[in-house]
Amino acid sequence: MNATFNTTEIAFRDEVRAFFRDEFPQDILEKQNQAIPLTRDDVVRWHKCMYEKGWAAPNWPKEHGGTGWSPVQKYIFANEQARANAPEFLAFGISMVGPIVYTFGNEAQKKRFLPDILQFNTWWCQGYSETGSGSDLASLKMRADLDGDHYIVNGTKTWTTLGQHADWIFCLARTNSDVARRQEGISFILIDMQQPGVTVKPIVLMDGEPEVNEIHFDNVKVPVENLVGEEGKGWTYGKVLLQHERTGIAHVARSKYRLMRLRAQVAESIRGAEPLGNDRIFMRRLAAADIELKALEYTELRTLASIASGNAPGPESSILKVAGTDLIQRIDTLFMEAAGYYALPYVRDQFAPDYPPHERIGAGAETMTALNYFNHRKVTIFGGSNEIQKNIIAKHVLGL
Amino acid sequence: MDFALNEVQVMLADSVEKFIANEYDFETRQEHAESKLGYSQETWQMIAGLGWTAVPFSEDDGGLGGGPVDIMVLMERFGHGLLVEPYLANIVLAGGILRRAASKAQKQQWLLPIIAADVQATLAFAEPQGRYDIDDVTTTARADGDDWVVSGTKSHVLNGGNADLLIIPARTAGKQTDKDGISLFVIDANSDGVSIRDYETVDGQRAAEILLSDVTVGDDRLIGEPGAGFDPLQETVADATLAVCAEAIGIMHVLTDKTIEYSKNRSQFGVPIGSFQALQHRMVEMYTACEQSRSLLLWAVMTAADDVDSAARAINSIKYQVGTAGKLIGEEAVQIHGGMGVTWELDIAHYFKRLTAIRQIFGNADFHLDKLAG
Repeated sequence: MNATFNTTEIAFRDEVRAFFRDEFPQDILEKQNQAIPLTRDDVVRWHKCMYEKGWAAPNWPKEHGGTGWSPVQKYIFANEQARANAPEFLAFGISMVGPIVYTFGNEAQKKRFLPDILQFNTWWCQGYSETGSGSDLASLKMRADLDGDHYIVNGTKTWTTLGQHADWIFCLARTNSDVARRQEGISFILIDMQQPGVTVKPIVLMDGEPEVNEIHFDNVKVPVENLVGEEGKGWTYGKVLLQHERTGIAHVARSKYRLMRLRAQVAESIRGAEPLGNDRIFMRRLAAADIELKALEYTELRTLASIASGNAPGPESSILKVAGTDLIQRIDTLFMEAAGYYALPYVRDQFAPDYPPHERIGAGAETMTALNYFNHRKVTIFGGSNEIQKNIIAKHVLGL
Repeated sequence: MDFALNEVQVMLADSVEKFIANEYDFETRQEHAESKLGYSQETWQMIAGLGWTAVPFSEDDGGLGGGPVDIMVLMERFGHGLLVEPYLANIVLAGGILRRAASKAQKQQWLLPIIAADVQATLAFAEPQGRYDIDDVTTTARADGDDWVVSGTKSHVLNGGNADLLIIPARTAGKQTDKDGISLFVIDANSDGVSIRDYETVDGQRAAEILLSDVTVGDDRLIGEPGAGFDPLQETVADATLAVCAEAIGIMHVLTDKTIEYSKNRSQFGVPIGSFQALQHRMVEMYTACEQSRSLLLWAVMTAADDVDSAARAINSIKYQVGTAGKLIGEEAVQIHGGMGVTWELDIAHYFKRLTAIRQIFGNADFHLDKLAG
């Protein structure tokens, strides 16, 4: 057993650290630090910067243009990315549709879609959930009916994160209703959103941001070559996707960074107040969160070590999403306690780049505290709610 | 032992319930919250017309002689409707200070127009460095001939941007956290030297950060004896704490009821999600937290009605309970509503946000538990 990095790994860490210090767009880091929302252009620009560096896809194998990094390297990279407070990769292209295409797609699809994903020439979004099909995803109703060399797609997808910016959407759609199991008639289809019949309607979340969308498909014509893999196998592919990205799902690196920031915040006297760091009740709770983080980090490392030695992720990996999202929300609660009254101003506009800094309320991004707390309610709901995750663990891991 | 409301209180409860049901649906509330003012002046005048702004004041002061039970009856139902009209700032805070500390002439001048909804007022109980300690006052008032010159910063002044009258605790003697030496001044918001940075709060209400630089006011603006402002300030903030706890319990009931209802109607896997035992137990926990909170609220309100001096511990207890049970109920209501629970469109998120804001003001759970631990 050995939990230290070797010299090659330390050199890699230094390289990644230097990249974020010297090559990553500094204005974007500055915006991150000031809680200024990134524009669509910002997001495209920094992803392209990762591409130029050859780091656009930390999790992809080399043959498809990925980094081919070892699990330890991925771990180091994620930590450095969080440590620089750089944004997280937009998951839909790199982590979701890309792996499906290179695993189940044909050669033509790989050629057509993978380079644009790597170069961030196309912005992807995910079409899984529907109004009546959330936790019970297999009950989805969107139809894709074969008509010559096209599918005619009808239906509505919802909770589509950042769909307002997207060029393409990958969908689970029903191609056959006459099946024994509901899961069997579902196919994985790629749809160009820039065409008649596709309507995007923003949904504002409780923090006031239109982060997700409802997307309507009204007789949308999709060429059959946009079907990935076999018709009716979409559910299986989707499940593989869920299992594909175990590391990262717990957001360990980001939580580590946030706890570090919180520790620094409460060590200082803000506005002449006694530092909250002198309050033992609060500090005990912060210490408990640190323990939780360490446990989570080592659970993730055990999973990584298992993959590194060529084995499948162990059953402990199933708890990463539940434990990781619980920790995110626990950290939000600590930030709320630290901010007191200064969590309450709803002053999103004060983070606009041209807003006079001296007129801002609260220290730094303190007034983002409640908005983060509100926004992060979603992390235990989306991507398979924690209730569903626990059902899966109970059934498949505990054998209940 | 009698937990029943008296006849007058039952009538009050009925009339607020009718008002919320008939005049104050969620869409109306959202319109008021999203307007420039953050509330409806017309509705505020209607509330005054119904007599509710006069409830906690003695008949001598132009009021109806109500007490903590009556305020509970009002606030709990305001919680049901997520009322944004500034009852807390005007009536419980500013009115509470004036009825306790002001002279008869001062009450005539300021309290009556507040009750009549003709002027807007507030009490600035917090300072940036003070966190939840209301005795931490660095705003100063120095005597200058017959005048007072007030300087300092007040944070999170509820209704601060709309208020015509600001009631400002300022130090005229003593050290930063001494209870003696705090004096209370009524300052016109448009006075020279007052600058107000008002903002919307995350729960759709309004507050402000207020900077006072050498604001000069006459001796007639001092309420109560110089240096003796802490007791009325503390009693008023205790009243306000109890009032928001009642509001919170109103919200907790709505969230619990709506979540149970939703779980009966939302189907997944071919059955209502409320049929899943994992969710049933969690809703039982919400219900338990809600009922336990109501019990503590009743204890605290009855103690406050009986004897102000022994009410402090009861108020610490109920505010702690609102902090913890409110967190559980708010978060679970959102979680069990799933994606719908996090949308702006559905009322659930707004009840959750108001409950969250209540947890953050007048001391969070830790603050009150610490007081009880001694």
